[in-house]
Amino acid sequence: MDKKYGVYICTGCGIGDALDIERLSKLPQKEYNVEICKTHGFCCGPEGVDLIKKDIEGEGVNAIIVAGCSPRVNQDVFDFGSDKIVERVNLREQVVWCHDLAPVEAGEDAEASEAESALKEGVNLHTQFIAEDYLRMGIVKAQKSELPEPYLLETVSKKILVMGGGISGLTAAIEAANTGYEVTLVEKESSLGGYAAKLRKQIPMSNPFTDLQAPIIQEKIKAVESHPKIEIKTNTVVARIAGEPGDFTVTLKAPGETIEFDVPQLVTQTHDEEGKELTKEQTDELYNELNKGRADILTFDPNGEKFGAVILATGWKPYDASEFENLGFGKYQNVITNVMMEELAANGRITRPSDGKEAKSVVFIQNPNGDDDSDFPFASSVTSLVALKQAKYVREDSSDAKAYVIYQHMRTPGLYENFYKSMQQDDGIFLTKGKVSSITEEGDGSLAVEVDDNLLGEKIRINVDMAVLATGMVPTTKDDAIVNLAYRQGPGFRDIGQFDGYADSNFICFPYETQRTGIYAAGCVRQTLTMADCVEDATGAALKAIQCVESVNRGVAVHPRSGDLTYPDFFFQRCTQCKRCTEECPFGALDDDEKGTPKPNPARCRRCGTCMGACPERIINFADYSIDMIGSMIKAIEGPTEDDYDPVPLRVIVLVGENDAYPAIDMAGMNRLKYSPYVRFIPVRCLGSVNTVWIKDALSSGLDGILLLGCQFGDDYQCHFVKGSELCDRRMENVAETLKSLALEPERVELKQVSITDYDKIPEIINKFVEAIDEVGPNPFKGF
Amino acid sequence: MADEKGMTSGSILVVGGGISGLTTALEAAEVGYEVYLVEKNPYLGGRVAQLNKYFPKLCPPSCGLEINFKRIKNNRKIKFYTLCEVEKISGSPGNYDVAVKQNPRYVNANCTACNDCVDACPVERESEFDLGMSKTKAIYRPHEMSFPMKYVIDDSVCKKDECAKCVDACSYNAIDLSMGPKTFDLKVGSVVIATGWKPYDATKLDKLGFGQLKNVITNMMMERLAAPNGPTKGKIARPSGGGISSVAFAQCAGSRDENHLPYCSYICCMASLKQATYIREQYPDAKIYIFYIDIRSPGDRYEKFYKKVKEDKNIFFIKGKVAEIEEGSTGVIIIAENALTGEKMRQEVDMAVLATGMMPTGAETKISGDITYNEDGFIIADLEKGGIFAAGCAKKPADVMASAQNATGTALKAIQTLVRR
Repeated sequence: MDKKYGVYICTGCGIGDALDIERLSKLPQKEYNVEICKTHGFCCGPEGVDLIKKDIEGEGVNAIIVAGCSPRVNQDVFDFGSDKIVERVNLREQVVWCHDLAPVEAGEDAEASEAESALKEGVNLHTQFIAEDYLRMGIVKAQKSELPEPYLLETVSKKILVMGGGISGLTAAIEAANTGYEVTLVEKESSLGGYAAKLRKQIPMSNPFTDLQAPIIQEKIKAVESHPKIEIKTNTVVARIAGEPGDFTVTLKAPGETIEFDVPQLVTQTHDEEGKELTKEQTDELYNELNKGRADILTFDPNGEKFGAVILATGWKPYDASEFENLGFGKYQNVITNVMMEELAANGRITRPSDGKEAKSVVFIQNPNGDDDSDFPFASSVTSLVALKQAKYVREDSSDAKAYVIYQHMRTPGLYENFYKSMQQDDGIFLTKGKVSSITEEGDGSLAVEVDDNLLGEKIRINVDMAVLATGMVPTTKDDAIVNLAYRQGPGFRDIGQFDGYADSNFICFPYETQRTGIYAAGCVRQTLTMADCVEDATGAALKAIQCVESVNRGVAVHPRSGDLTYPDFFFQRCTQCKRCTEECPFGALDDDEKGTPKPNPARCRRCGTCMGACPERIINFADYSIDMIGSMIKAIEGPTEDDYDPVPLRVIVLVGENDAYPAIDMAGMNRLKYSPYVRFIPVRCLGSVNTVWIKDALSSGLDGILLLGCQFGDDYQCHFVKGSELCDRRMENVAETLKSLALEPERVELKQVSITDYDKIPEIINKFVEAIDEVGPNPFKGF
Repeated sequence: MADEKGMTSGSILVVGGGISGLTTALEAAEVGYEVYLVEKNPYLGGRVAQLNKYFPKLCPPSCGLEINFKRIKNNRKIKFYTLCEVEKISGSPGNYDVAVKQNPRYVNANCTACNDCVDACPVERESEFDLGMSKTKAIYRPHEMSFPMKYVIDDSVCKKDECAKCVDACSYNAIDLSMGPKTFDLKVGSVVIATGWKPYDATKLDKLGFGQLKNVITNMMMERLAAPNGPTKGKIARPSGGGISSVAFAQCAGSRDENHLPYCSYICCMASLKQATYIREQYPDAKIYIFYIDIRSPGDRYEKFYKKVKEDKNIFFIKGKVAEIEEGSTGVIIIAENALTGEKMRQEVDMAVLATGMMPTGAETKISGDITYNEDGFIIADLEKGGIFAAGCAKKPADVMASAQNATGTALKAIQTLVRR
């Protein structure tokens, strides 16, 4: 695009008082040959906006640099249409509101004071310097920015694949189809319904939440079977999903079948038998061996079906109860699990497995061992509710039957409390907190159960026909990828172990975000949920799948940079096939070929720029965010030289994550917290996008230190791009090594994790770093 | 929409700009639909904006809010209105007329958030954002991260033209004391009500001393005390002054109680576990007593968090509901019966936190329209009929994860009403 620049400096909100605006407004012309530079006392007001609009119309200005308040405010005011580039220079929150406004006293720094005398009276020299540097960076940024063009697929499939035909899968299919989308539903069993079809009754799903209700699954099955937009494939599993959202190529197969398009597996072995780390060649060899007969991930199945997005609703499987021999499971026939109980109940009257005798008294055990008050592994509120439900079955079958529920904590949250209360009304259901200390079988096959620490105060002994263990529901993704993505990073969700095998999101506020774009988990594979909650969850997943295909269709990114038109562009001629981008991408967006050349899948990409930060050849860039752009902004910082000062004031750059650290710095400004005037902030999409060449650029242009402020990492990471700050931290370790080899102090580069709420700590973090750099001394490359 | 249909017209109204309403609005808008979002407060974010951290990750809510606000700024499909209440919804699915009343902000779009007005304003008021624990001026910014970043005047205390000092102080002609309420109509195809909840009024729990004993606070107050932008800048202190060596949490303060809220409020157990970590972080020797009926930390993730908190040897769990809280010699005395041992307990602590539950907004304020409420004020949505839906805690007690999840699904139901038209 041919750019015509216009710089607009706002003098409102104290900016005009704290800065020598006249001097500042000469800078664009003097240093960058930008002719149009205007000042206004109230840029965001109607007149100020008109001033800019007039230049857009009259002068053809299309690259607008507004120097005033933070880009976090007034974004709508300075929106001049998608064919204009707008850069905001943050003179308010990050300059005049957070720096000393008083001029330097002559006694304290004679030279600075003298230099300052050239400025408008009352203006602090350092504050002026910061503003000038930010204006330079803003202009350079606009110079290096291009208008993005969307990444559009040649053909977009909007069809949605639903994996799993249980309550969640059926709901997702119906909801997506009812919104107008074609759906294919695959189910590995020969019939639909999953566990929801194996119930006698259901926990209440609606107000007043007091009574058991008839299962709803048959209605759902009917709705799916009769829906013109839903195709059902039973006895079918997914062999592989290749490609990207909007253009997935999916190979389906019968369960247990071995085919060419079975998804390649990753080599999990890292060391040989002698404990030596495997070489790359050995790993490759193992990979080839493991995946013999399977087509590579880049070979697309010519007979594959096209889909736009996937809903993973493969549910759960019962926890293997064999470890609970202490409670008699496996030893006594009449000790069973809740799943076995449901099967008995669904088949008719509940009878003892040992002799078929009617079960007149049943104990439901919620807690597996007396030392601890935890429920069974993978238990949840569902297991509590199911125990209550099954207690009711016992009572339904026989009016003189007794049910005992022994729990540590009755988990019936929210409105399910109504159900709990309603069960408490039944005088044949005995509920008590307690620990089962032993179960023994009597001669007649009945069980003697001893309960300690209960609400009655003394040890009780009950004799029952059966005992039911409230064992948990294990997500199907626990030990099997299931979703079988033909991605170089492997077939499953990465880091799923962090969620104990659930295909869950790490984010409290964004429950559908996984590391695989276009794949949305719903129901018990994501979290253990009641059926009512599965229905809601599946509806949400259907929305996300629809939103994803519509976003791909428009060529824009999905969460968290939703609507972003940019995407990483690769200059392949210079690629050295180092594979770092493929390996580091948090979203597995890249698949490399056998030579190691990455194949980008822009519709999988979330635009964090981690690939850009990883690339040692610096060949990955975005239209409005590039290696050259940030590098040039760094170089635009005017380091004072010895000709002007002795000693030369320090210059430190701070690369700032834009979602959390940047707002924290803004808030420090809003609270008028002061900090060292020697720092310059440069926002980055994510610390993961920080390329080490910027560190080099900074040091070779004589800057004294580089501070990186990014999101918290570790298990409870707050990085919206999952791994960005952590990867950056690792890169910085290597940088430290390089610095040492150049006889530079590793202390010059530091990464700090900050939260958005840490604004009160910002001055301390910055000042401490500046002090540390001061101790290390000026960059020896200064002036070279 | 699917290809052969093309995009359908019609728009969606979301009532309530808390985490549920924001989620519904954004998720629908990012599919491609026009959305109106109305919020009664002068800022978006709702209840979660007051929280210090989310359980179980212990991450700050403002992090996700910042992303959501950015999504709003980047999306031309969403129009939002603050200080608005829906007065009436008439019409039928696909075709609703909604009467909206907008209360005056007295500050117009010219406001640059420079803060000069606050320096000039002579009138103080209690901050409802800090639950009365701090003061703001009559003209104020609701909180640090308020979105939109515009100031507002509390007209119940402002002396208006009699004073007008703020008007003189403002260089941008942004204050208009003559503003009055106005009403406007929105025509929409479907409506999602996400009006959330408020903490149950703890003064109604007369035996628990709130409002009478200084050192009895509520869990929401604890969130504000622990928040870096709260009245104490994040330093948890006793209202009567001084540090803390012991704290008791009274669970189910109002919840699971026929005389107050008969249901379980879903979040209070996890919230107290979380708040126990706030205190323990600041006071390495403090003892914490949690009086509970059941610890409701269901599911893998919450159970893990409970386990971690249990490992702290200074945190004691007592099964038993607090019967009464009395003035003590230095703090307050918790009176409860240990349900397991039968022992009557009198535990003196420096401070007691009442884990008050959530009362749906619908318990007090019902929107006029074809909306069914249950007896507790939760909305019962008829999904078959469609048209008007509820999301988040307007529908049932829920935590943030569950609210965001069901708000996402509700966005699809709202869209379907438009598609079917």
